[in-house]
Amino acid sequence: MAKTAVQEFTKGLWAEIPPFRLVLGLCPVLAVTKTVENGIGMGVATTFVLICSNILISLLRNVIPKKVRIACFIVVIATFVTVVELVMQAFAYPLFLKLGIFIPLIVVNCIVLGRAEAFAAKNGVVASLADGLGIGVGFTLSLTALAIVREILGNGTFYDIPVFGPTFEPFSFMVQAPGAFVCLGLMLCIMNMLGKK
Amino acid sequence: MREMLKLFIAVVVFSCLSGGVLAAIQNVTKERIEYQQLKFVKGPTIKNIMEGCSNDPLIDRLRIVDEAKEMHLFIGEFDGKRNTVAFETFGKGFGGAMGVIVGVNLENDEIIGVGVTTHSETPGVGSKAKTDPDFTAQFKGLSILDPFKVKADGGQIDALSGATISSRGVAGAVVEAGEIYKKLKPTIIEKMKEQKG
Repeated sequence: MAKTAVQEFTKGLWAEIPPFRLVLGLCPVLAVTKTVENGIGMGVATTFVLICSNILISLLRNVIPKKVRIACFIVVIATFVTVVELVMQAFAYPLFLKLGIFIPLIVVNCIVLGRAEAFAAKNGVVASLADGLGIGVGFTLSLTALAIVREILGNGTFYDIPVFGPTFEPFSFMVQAPGAFVCLGLMLCIMNMLGKK
Repeated sequence: MREMLKLFIAVVVFSCLSGGVLAAIQNVTKERIEYQQLKFVKGPTIKNIMEGCSNDPLIDRLRIVDEAKEMHLFIGEFDGKRNTVAFETFGKGFGGAMGVIVGVNLENDEIIGVGVTTHSETPGVGSKAKTDPDFTAQFKGLSILDPFKVKADGGQIDALSGATISSRGVAGAVVEAGEIYKKLKPTIIEKMKEQKG
């Protein structure tokens, strides 16, 4: 049953969209979605790591000995994460300051290792690329959706642009940690309702 | 035994490759990262002090190692002459160390500006040392070799109201800057000449 690359890509956008369907990678989802800018930045960084590690692991899947595969995967992933960290410091320093510790923590994001183990280690390069891209874009969209809701309600802004005018009293609960849980829960609920049909 | 060796070699080779790649990327991005850190942490203060200079002091800088302590000196060019340097010293404030950048004219030892960079003073009280331009403007035009003290200690600087300790911290940092300046002035001039030639 060989799926096409397009199918591998689109499954990441709905059927297996990471935080909502797989319920994986919740740490960055909850922590960095205070503003839309942070959400997109984190999503793009994770997508880059996902695509690169998927491609490389898929290429090397016959070279890596089965017994030490996890160690090798982690080395590959950690390498790409460090690359992202350095590049972000060099070219987007303010964003790097805001995301802080969550960039190095992509290494332990179970989405990345999960895709390496469950998909890239068993499939060809093109399929793995499509899978990484799909999951990555899905992850970015989820972060962005959550961040839009939280930033607009909690801060009254969208991408730092005020949307409600000066009289708006921000619902600051939404930008705090409990707000993230509540918001994520509501979104999961909506996704499940839509998926039940 | 042979299998063990194979696994061992696989992991070692992977780690070495990863280390090599990272070292290369670090090498490439190192200078830019250093520049970005300067730009976003000290940059705004330096720009303020060096207002009207015709070069970029963040790029045009000297590194001097004094008693195993590394110092960065930022050079400002005014009227076609590279006659101004700015550097950071630390004073003891109310909430810990305060970073203070002092700009000095090399020709007449006059202070051209003082600005606070990093601090952990009380917001709204001691933090005014950074945000209130009237306070730091008091140093302008004075000789850096003067002994600076707040008025409460019998000196010439008007302390910020309610923040004598923070004000004392800034004055102390400027005094320290004076001592460093006295000691390093010949080295600075020599190094600047070298840079030119």
